[in-house]
Amino acid sequence: MILKTTIQGFSSAVKGLFLTFRHLFGARRSRQSVDIRKPEYFDQQEGVTTVQFPKETMPIPEVARYQLDVDIDDCIVCDLCAKACPVDCITIEAVKSPEVIGKTSDGSVKRLYAAQFDIDMAKCMYCGLCTVVCPTECITMTNKYDRSTTKLTDLIYGFGEMSDAEIAQRKAEWTQYQAEKEAAKKK
Amino acid sequence: MSQLFIHIIVPVAIFGFIALFTLFAVYAERKIAGFVQDRLGPMETGKYGLLQTIADILKLLQKEFITPKAADRILFAAAPVIIFGAVYIGYAVIPWAPDFLPANTHTGLFFIMAVVSIDAIGILMAGWGSNNKYSLLGSIRAIAQMVSYEIPVGLSLIAAVMITQTLNFNEIALQQGVMSPEPVFFLGIWDVSNVGGFLAWNIFQAPHLIVVYVIFFIASLAECNRAPFDIPEAESELIGGFHTEYGGIRFAFIFLAEYAMMFLVAILGVVLFLGGWNTLLPNIGALKLADWTTGIGWGIFWTLLKSLTIVGVQIWIRWTLPRFRADQLMSLCWKVMIPLGFVCMAISGLWRILVMV
Repeated sequence: MILKTTIQGFSSAVKGLFLTFRHLFGARRSRQSVDIRKPEYFDQQEGVTTVQFPKETMPIPEVARYQLDVDIDDCIVCDLCAKACPVDCITIEAVKSPEVIGKTSDGSVKRLYAAQFDIDMAKCMYCGLCTVVCPTECITMTNKYDRSTTKLTDLIYGFGEMSDAEIAQRKAEWTQYQAEKEAAKKK
Repeated sequence: MSQLFIHIIVPVAIFGFIALFTLFAVYAERKIAGFVQDRLGPMETGKYGLLQTIADILKLLQKEFITPKAADRILFAAAPVIIFGAVYIGYAVIPWAPDFLPANTHTGLFFIMAVVSIDAIGILMAGWGSNNKYSLLGSIRAIAQMVSYEIPVGLSLIAAVMITQTLNFNEIALQQGVMSPEPVFFLGIWDVSNVGGFLAWNIFQAPHLIVVYVIFFIASLAECNRAPFDIPEAESELIGGFHTEYGGIRFAFIFLAEYAMMFLVAILGVVLFLGGWNTLLPNIGALKLADWTTGIGWGIFWTLLKSLTIVGVQIWIRWTLPRFRADQLMSLCWKVMIPLGFVCMAISGLWRILVMV
């Protein structure tokens, strides 16, 4: 009994030692990145798998869905993305405009100014729901994923392009328009 | 005066060697661990991470002394010194080359066994002095393990000594090569006194010593608390075992002792079984390879080559085998290795009487 266990243990230890020995010498090469659909994908059993990240990166698909990006010129400030977001990482503040501002690239009419369009990447969970609901497809996921910062607040990305003075001016324009409308109603 | 100078320079040189070896071995350990697991190991500090261990030791040296409030201050402070001292003194009788050893004593082997056993007391002091349940558990395990495994180590050494008939390391090494004063027989039949090389090593003079060497090697792994026998440290169960509470330079000394012990048992096995500083290459006819590769320089070279290979095997085993359970550890020792050790000792006696007349 004890003899059998000992011999078994010894032989399995030797087997294990040969296995690690193979890997020790297999570590002279690095593993190549192979498409998972290729039949030889599972043939690579040895070789270093480490990717030394900042110096080399793993290939990612062109249509990768990582960090969000907003093309603010196409945004109609409909607030749908902020409503769809499960973690509420998108903050949008709209300023109404008395007349049509312009048109997006797909022909939608813009009637609102985006005074604030912030996405908190620290909260974002990369679900992509905002990109689905966006009517003008201005909020998209990009292939960028490495934007390390030393400050947490640097992870709040502001996409709004308006300066404070401009915002104040647009707000004033809207209040004036409202006042004019009220005045016209009273007449 | 010059005698005094030698007495100072030799320990300093040995300490320097241990420190250098530890730096090298930790780097090798991490690299081998990486390669075995298909990783790269340290890569950032210096070219291929070569300066990693130097950075580590600098970090350890800068740290402040922290003694836990509940610790026994004297035991806690003395333990690393005793643990390292025990192993360090063991180097006093190790032969590096023909007649090139710090102390040429007739009881070298006995001395080394006696001194290295003190290591266990140091570990108990560290565990008890820390006043931490994990440290105490770790040191209790360490004592149980080291005391049990001292027996197979002792038995395998006795089996070897019965063949060599001396406890003097210099003579033991001398008997396994071309410089042997007595005739040397390969497997007890073929006179290889003038051939030398690996044929004259103890494991080939008496082939059952191969089994003895395996016993010695496994038991010595347990003696220096290395995986797969690292239950005293068992980071996943006991955090760090007996050195949980240690930091800074004290931890560095415990670490140094662990690696010094690795090298000490490797070189002990090499001297007793694998020919010590004797060359690997035999004389073949006119090619006097053994004669050409014997001498002080060559002796140091062969000792280092063989010992570092054994250390490499220890590291390789560490990153292959999982940790033993405490009961498996004890049953391996008491039910397998000690009986086998006794059988080998008996064979040694018979071999000495019947074959090496």
